[in-house]
Amino acid sequence: MTSRQRHEARAPLVLSIFGTFAVIFFVLPLLALAVRVPWSSLVDVLGNEATTEALVLSIMTSVITTLIAVVFGVPLAWLLARSSMPGRQTIRAICTLSMVLPPVVAGVALLASLGRRGVVGQLLDDWIGLRLPFTMPAVVIAQLFVAMPFLVLTVESGFARSSTAVEEAARTLGASPWYVFSRVTVPATRSAILAGAVLTWARALGEFGATITFAGNFPGATRTLPIATYLALETNVDDALLISMLMVILSLVILVALRGRWIGAIGGER
Amino acid sequence: MTLVADVRRRIGSLQLDASFSVGRGETVAIVGPNGAGKTSLLRTIAGLAAVDEGRIAWDGSVWDESASGAFVSPEQRPIAYVFQDHALFHHLTALDNVAFGLRASGMGRREARTRARAVLEVVGGLKLERRMPSELSGGESQMVAIARALATEPQLMLFDEPFAALDTSARAEARRLFMSMANPSMSRVLVTHDAVEALTLADRIVAIEGGSIVQIGTPSVLLATPRSHFVAEILGLNALSGQLRGDQLSIGSMSLTVGAHEALDGNVIAIIRPRSVSLHQTRPEGSPRNVWSTSVTAVDRTTDRVRVQLGAPLNIAVEVTPAGFDALHTEVGAELWASVKASEVAVHPA
Repeated sequence: MTSRQRHEARAPLVLSIFGTFAVIFFVLPLLALAVRVPWSSLVDVLGNEATTEALVLSIMTSVITTLIAVVFGVPLAWLLARSSMPGRQTIRAICTLSMVLPPVVAGVALLASLGRRGVVGQLLDDWIGLRLPFTMPAVVIAQLFVAMPFLVLTVESGFARSSTAVEEAARTLGASPWYVFSRVTVPATRSAILAGAVLTWARALGEFGATITFAGNFPGATRTLPIATYLALETNVDDALLISMLMVILSLVILVALRGRWIGAIGGER
Repeated sequence: MTLVADVRRRIGSLQLDASFSVGRGETVAIVGPNGAGKTSLLRTIAGLAAVDEGRIAWDGSVWDESASGAFVSPEQRPIAYVFQDHALFHHLTALDNVAFGLRASGMGRREARTRARAVLEVVGGLKLERRMPSELSGGESQMVAIARALATEPQLMLFDEPFAALDTSARAEARRLFMSMANPSMSRVLVTHDAVEALTLADRIVAIEGGSIVQIGTPSVLLATPRSHFVAEILGLNALSGQLRGDQLSIGSMSLTVGAHEALDGNVIAIIRPRSVSLHQTRPEGSPRNVWSTSVTAVDRTTDRVRVQLGAPLNIAVEVTPAGFDALHTEVGAELWASVKASEVAVHPA
């Protein structure tokens, strides 16, 4: 028994070597970033109006995106997990395609639909004079398009995993379907919803390709932190390093703060 | 009759085909082995599943009818369901679990909690009100589940193996609670695989096997005339009709001393588990137990037990281990002695 356990506990050498390389691969860029960051000019960059503008815009749009994703993504996830609607597999594939699509392609698709000459965009312009591209709402739309699938998939698996027994109990106690959903299903899957929201937020915060394609690059309106970083790289590398570090820290803080529940929900603990 | 159910439903390879009724205030037990379709039948009555063919009606109003397509969803049926695993809401306190049905029907939080507290008190679980379900023992969580069901004042209460998950002491407590709940305006359907539960808790028993009903009757009718080998088999125990006077039980010419009981003097059903009877080659000495001389009429041997059928004066089955049986050096037709402790003879009102 003991020898068997020891045998199982020791990882095969090949796996250890390759796994270690993978770790180095992830750690090295972060370390290099931290080493290269000109910490002394931190205050200067943070005081820089253009940077704060981008920071505020990024946080604002990513939070709005997350909220909208929850409002629409949770119902979609429920339909995918629990309803018997026809063509669920196809609908799931279409609604999560943007996850694997190159973000630039997602941006082009958004331009084709909601751009000024787009299928729907032209109608919006003609009827109510609404032009989405190169506005802040366009940033949110671009983020939503690529980030919401993370929420849908996470929450769907949460719904699929959570027991239907308590929902049945609620129904026999006289609860309407909406009451069951809001008072039983959502509390029972809140860790999955939280995990999905965090993933969505992180993806939205980092969105670059679809945003610059569809929403463009206007300071204060559509120039988010990732875009600002990319631009800074061409003019002032130190700024780019600092903004990058800023985003690493921001993501790390959120990840660590939610670690327990996040891992629990993704790993299927609850 | 209040509930009239004619359920035909296919569940995987099982064809459920059962017609029975439940009167107002009546307690009906559905008994059968695992996989017989008991829970499926109960779920269909609750509306958690629909009949493929057939009809379920309550007080003349149709709940489920294949011919017309009528279907009343579970939340609109005046029922409550006690689940085998209790299915408590883990994010709510015991009190809010009990108040859930009242809140769902639109009652304000304060009033619902006041009412829930009163129901918890009735079942003896008021001290649990602030606990979360994860902090409750099996028996306590059962108590909360029953209170939660009772709080909605159902006309029909459905129980799925309510005592199966409980330990012995919690089970006795839960059985007492179940019996004290009897109410002339509330009908109950109890699903169980335990024959003693069915015999002692129900007014009538529906015995079911492979999805079909094999017998319906009162406990005494089923005991006296088990209509199929199966009914006798699921009963599995020795159930005997007799007359009780004090702690003395007369069964035919036999007289047995019984243990603590709730039955009154008069006609009773005595239950003796086959494993609780001991067999001896010679008369056992110096023991206050019930001892009698008898003969072996049949022996049924399997790998892990031997079932010995005894003849007059008490026709009962006894189960012993193969080693124990071999040590007796006995065979069909041989004489031997049998004994049973008074505490192992359970009596219930007939």
